Amino acid sequence: MSWFEKLIPSRIQTEGRTRSVPEGLWSKCSECSAVLYRADLERNLFVCPQCEHHLRISSRVRLDLFLDKEGRVELANEVQPVDALKFRDTKRYKDRIVQTQKSTGERDAMVVQKGFLMGIPVVACAFEFSFMGGSMGSAVGERFVRAVEAALADSSALICFSASGGARMQESLLSLMQMAKTSAALARLAEHGVPFISVLTDPTTGGVSASLAMLGDLNVGEPKALIGFAGPRVIEQTVRETLPEGFQRSEFLLEHGALDMIVDRRNMREELARVLAKLGNLAHPVVEFETPV
Amino acid sequence: MDLKFLDFEQPIAELEAKIEQLRFVGDDSQINISGEIERLKGNSRTLTKKIFSHLSSWQIAQLARHPQRPYTLDYLDTVFTDFQELHGDRMYADDKAMVGGLARLEGIPVMVIGQQKGRDTRERVQRNYGMPRPEGYRKAMRLMKLAERFGLPIITLIDTPGAYPGVGAEERGQSEAIARNLFVMATLKTPLIAVVIGEGGSGGALAIGVGDRLLMLEYAIYSVISPEGCASILWKSADKAEAAAEALGLTAERLAELDLVDEIIKEPLGGAHRDLESMSEALKTTLLKHLADLQAMPTDKLVELRNQRIRSMGRFREA
Repeated sequence: MSWFEKLIPSRIQTEGRTRSVPEGLWSKCSECSAVLYRADLERNLFVCPQCEHHLRISSRVRLDLFLDKEGRVELANEVQPVDALKFRDTKRYKDRIVQTQKSTGERDAMVVQKGFLMGIPVVACAFEFSFMGGSMGSAVGERFVRAVEAALADSSALICFSASGGARMQESLLSLMQMAKTSAALARLAEHGVPFISVLTDPTTGGVSASLAMLGDLNVGEPKALIGFAGPRVIEQTVRETLPEGFQRSEFLLEHGALDMIVDRRNMREELARVLAKLGNLAHPVVEFETPV
Repeated sequence: MDLKFLDFEQPIAELEAKIEQLRFVGDDSQINISGEIERLKGNSRTLTKKIFSHLSSWQIAQLARHPQRPYTLDYLDTVFTDFQELHGDRMYADDKAMVGGLARLEGIPVMVIGQQKGRDTRERVQRNYGMPRPEGYRKAMRLMKLAERFGLPIITLIDTPGAYPGVGAEERGQSEAIARNLFVMATLKTPLIAVVIGEGGSGGALAIGVGDRLLMLEYAIYSVISPEGCASILWKSADKAEAAAEALGLTAERLAELDLVDEIIKEPLGGAHRDLESMSEALKTTLLKHLADLQAMPTDKLVELRNQRIRSMGRFREA
């Protein structure tokens, strides 16, 4: 409760006021708790203007911010999940799918789009973390492979923004095999000399980090993203000691040689365009900074 | 070594104890009780058959982790000959949770790679309970590439609870090590047969398991997560491991139904640990059969078929 609210007599205080900030007007930084004007935050690509924390964003917002406005086409959206195992924990997987599809508006945890990055043709995909923790099941694996195939067909670079807890438990071994499937597709891409840039965002762990996300020709991290094979809680339970500050964050991975670079979200377009232009022996892309809305 | 019995095998254990007792008596008395012993042995076999004819997924998981279950080095002794272990990843260390080297299968030179668990406390620690660190996966990759250069088929024996989740493992890139192996195995220009001999624990198992054939022993398991791990995440209680094991469908039989496993290798009555010799014989015969098929194929075709196989994995619908 803020000092101001404490001054207000309790009978005129609105209950839960602080929580029910009108959607789309005010946001709170999940790191420093600063209350931010939503429009400012958006203009700043969902990076907290106070503490530079990179807030988690949806797959669609991600691609909107990354690709040029013109010439975007969605790919592989027809691929949808099924409950092949009739998996049931406290809830049926089938029901979870329907429920999550409703709440997120996505059919599964990955969105693929073909388009341009500062005029350079690319295929870009992004994990949807709010869809069952961005977990990779058969549909996500298939969508990723179709993204790879689209990149191969046009010889355009592939960029993947990962945000995932790992393989989807409800599809059991079928999910595990998506690690093999996505990695094998990337091996074909590499054989044909088509570049793949993997951008690891908060969080990228488990089966996704142990397959496609670590296989970039360039591995790029967003600042302070949690990246690792095992989750910090599992490690803590195994080694029975508290983990050092900053363990499994992008900066830690850069230090240990797992990432090529850490790129601020606000520079992502320009940095990656400059990389792709050089790999493709193209002229320097337009460096005049532009912010797509 | 005395046979260890699992909980669900207790009725068999009791019968076997009775047989032992009679044998003991028989040794120092003149009474002929061999007839009685034979009868009880027959009963024990019938009972074992009965119990093993309807095992639950959880019971199979316990068999896969049986402390007396044959491990990779046991099969290197019985199925293969002329084994020479090769060590180290050439970068950091030699991981003893992953073993590998040159051997012969019925005279054919092959590369064998597998996770290795320990038999007693000291060895378990030394082998890190069969949980490899990045250097283990990098050693495996080095040996696979070595095999490729000399045209040797690769046989991997999978038996691990998973890749080790530790601080050092993360620092040295556990994710990258596993991912790189998946990438490399997809294009290896030599046959690769993977066999799950015990526990197939998630990415740590898959990291040596992508190839032209996936075989499983009858009571081996293979899963994206351990039943205990799955239960504590989805049911918020590790006690639900039994239900999780069932839901995950981690047995050879269920996985074959999903077309993920090419062949299930039958185990002797009571499990592989009851009769290593006949288990080894069955494993050897099956390996030779698949190896002959794969070696008859031109390399391009082999790699193409492998990629088609990997490409087709998964169940989804299009709308």
